[in-house]
Amino acid sequence: MSLSEFFNMGGYAVFVWSSYALTLVLLVLNWFLPYQQHKQNLRKLKRQFRQDNRNNDSRT
Amino acid sequence: MTPARKKRLSLIILMVVGVSVGVGFALKALNENIMFFFSPADIQAGKAPANKDFRVGGIVVEGTVARPGEGLTVEFVLTDNDSDVKVKYTGILPDLFREGQGIIANGRLNASGEFIAAEVLAKHDENYMPPEVMDAMKKSGQTMPSMSQGI
Amino acid sequence: MFKWFVKWFHRFGSPPYFYRLAGLWLPWLTGLFTILVVAGLYGGLVLAPTDYQQGESYRIIFVHVPAAWMSMFIYMVMASCGIIILVWRMKLAEVVLSCAAPIGASFTFLALVTGSLWGKPMWGTYWVWDARLTSELILLFLYLGIMGLYGAIDDKRVAGRAVAILAIVGMVNIPIIHYSVEWWNSLHQGPTVTKFDKPSIVWSMLWPLLTMALAFKVYFVISLFQRVRAELLHRERNTRWVEELVKS
Repeated sequence: MSLSEFFNMGGYAVFVWSSYALTLVLLVLNWFLPYQQHKQNLRKLKRQFRQDNRNNDSRT
Repeated sequence: MTPARKKRLSLIILMVVGVSVGVGFALKALNENIMFFFSPADIQAGKAPANKDFRVGGIVVEGTVARPGEGLTVEFVLTDNDSDVKVKYTGILPDLFREGQGIIANGRLNASGEFIAAEVLAKHDENYMPPEVMDAMKKSGQTMPSMSQGI
Repeated sequence: MFKWFVKWFHRFGSPPYFYRLAGLWLPWLTGLFTILVVAGLYGGLVLAPTDYQQGESYRIIFVHVPAAWMSMFIYMVMASCGIIILVWRMKLAEVVLSCAAPIGASFTFLALVTGSLWGKPMWGTYWVWDARLTSELILLFLYLGIMGLYGAIDDKRVAGRAVAILAIVGMVNIPIIHYSVEWWNSLHQGPTVTKFDKPSIVWSMLWPLLTMALAFKVYFVISLFQRVRAELLHRERNTRWVEELVKS
């Protein structure tokens, strides 16, 4: 099987490859968005925690 | 489990049973509408609607596919191994259309009992195998393939 | 054995324990997923033979069928969470249910679109209102309904209980999807793998299919853990364990 034959998928290239492309997009999104959300939440909490500490220090 | 949890669990079970029974009855009542197509036998028995579009499903009988004109018009006979119906269609056929194939046609009956289709869809079976395996099976006279192991 | 299970059940349900455990598992699961998906794709796109009837177009099966299985599997996970929420009032189950919904909706959407891309060349149409396709579309609306309902209620404890009921009621759709092709005439063909007979697919096509199905299952756990971790941090932001976690 040659490479161009492989990409041609017996004439069904549009249907097969767009199916796989959509799968890839959805899998990447469902992995990346939660990953970013988790990092963001953690960063936000850290910032808040540092701020609280500073406020407490200045009061004493 | 505490009594309170037991009670909540039995309420949930009651809810699921109730909903299932309700949906079951609804589907039973709608049965005719959910059926996607009529078989040639249904048409013979007069179950199919007259003067209204409906779908007919069956197998294309080998040797009946004919192209009477120059254009895209095609004629063939559909069967469910019980009754037959003649179908006329003008248009592009799906890739899977061939003799011996399961087909669903959408259209209506004309006065002479022929089915004038506006759309033809191919139904494929649930078997997946390379052509060599299919040939070998046809030769050995096996009809329903069932082989999960070792080919 | 049962006592041990109950103990484990309650420990697993504690947010700090789950958060830590999920974090430990994530890299291993990602590795496993990579191996499975590479093997499955190679087996499906390169090694598997051409189909006798559908030619190369059948190769959509390796994403379509696992996605369709996932759409039902994730729904059953959510319905189980719903029962745990209503009976045991477990907070973690609320988080898992709400976090699983968008993943399930994605897989349902994927199953519908890939099916339609397969239907066009083979059946001759992108869409028909047959029992299988319609019930799968209803499943997508159930997922969207659960996401919308959860988002619309501000008190997340109340929201958790509301979506639990919706998830449990929607469960009746799952057997309808599975048996739709047997109970009614449909354009969609009958089951190939999930039937009582032996699967009617050759082994060289079946193993990539099962490998992809397993890869999608692992992927679901990865995506779910990631989401649950993010959501737990947010929900429990005022608790001791989060404070300690942030401090370190």
